[in-house]
Amino acid sequence: MGLVAAMLALVSGPAGSQGAAGTAAPSGDPRRSGFADMSAPIQAMQRDDSQNPGLLWVADGEAAWRARPAAGDARSCEGCHGAAGAALRGVAVRYPAWDARLRRPVTLQQRINDCRERHQSLPPLGGESDALLGLESFVAHQSRGLPIAPPDDARLAPWREQGAALFAQRIGQLNLSCAQCHDERAGLRLGGSIIPQGHPTGYPIYRLEWQGLGSLQRRLRNCTVGVRAEPYGAGTAEAVQLELHLAWRARGMTLETPAIRP
Amino acid sequence: MARTRLTVPKSVRRGEIFEIRALIGHPMETGYRPDASGRRLPRDIIRRFSCRQGDRLVFSADLFPAISANPYLAFHAVATESGTLTFTWEGDNGFSQTETVAIQVT
Repeated sequence: MGLVAAMLALVSGPAGSQGAAGTAAPSGDPRRSGFADMSAPIQAMQRDDSQNPGLLWVADGEAAWRARPAAGDARSCEGCHGAAGAALRGVAVRYPAWDARLRRPVTLQQRINDCRERHQSLPPLGGESDALLGLESFVAHQSRGLPIAPPDDARLAPWREQGAALFAQRIGQLNLSCAQCHDERAGLRLGGSIIPQGHPTGYPIYRLEWQGLGSLQRRLRNCTVGVRAEPYGAGTAEAVQLELHLAWRARGMTLETPAIRP
Repeated sequence: MARTRLTVPKSVRRGEIFEIRALIGHPMETGYRPDASGRRLPRDIIRRFSCRQGDRLVFSADLFPAISANPYLAFHAVATESGTLTFTWEGDNGFSQTETVAIQVT
């Protein structure tokens, strides 16, 4: 327990240093994207499309969007949904959304896989596969610059509340909740890194630590393992509930996909 | 085939210094990391990058295991005549990729 105490002491500095004064959004919104806390070279990497390696996945996703499945007479994604641009703009900012057929909320990844199985008769893609990340980042990239707009759907409310409860629930051997770091101690430091507020504004993100693109689910697993708790399985109700809460928490913030994070 | 993103101005003035940016998707596996089962992953990196105009070498670089995945290289050049820039990445396991971009000198 000595280690835990030392770590908590490390992250709970003077309350006055929270949120690094003067860096909040000009509108007075205290929420800030992790982008604002990155060093200038990494910010430049995200701003400049010729440097952003996330665009490599977006390009793969675009090719997959256009490609017709080899087997059967199934259509390509484009065949039903149309070309990129207008048809896809504003889609990603609504997820997770209610699925009337499954009668539960689904994430963008789940929607893509569900569509593949039902309409293209293709096997679902693996959770962290480059193919799925490519399609997801391509779809999300079409909404870059739009505000995150979780649907105001009453059926989502109980799930969202569950997500909020999970966010505040202490977990793991370190006995920490998401909220203790990302609400109460955001802006302070954990080791050398600034604790972000944890808004999912740029997923899938290219994380320098990962040397590749990763989903929000992967990031959540990272954090969960970090507090030495057992991560929620991919696509489980808890994982979707957390995503719903995070989207609601970040409503109105700008989507940056594909974002770069250290 | 790896994905590449090349940023080259379509046209430049004769003698003007301009920037060329080349990004390629590659794992750049160092050869020092273990996989999930503890076995060492074999090295798989890009060894050499070169940019040529015709027979003339414009820029080249040797790459090493410490260079990150999806290597991004930016360099400056001066063009004296219109032509085609050929970008080549070569590496382990017979990796070789070539992309070309036309450039107009006015």
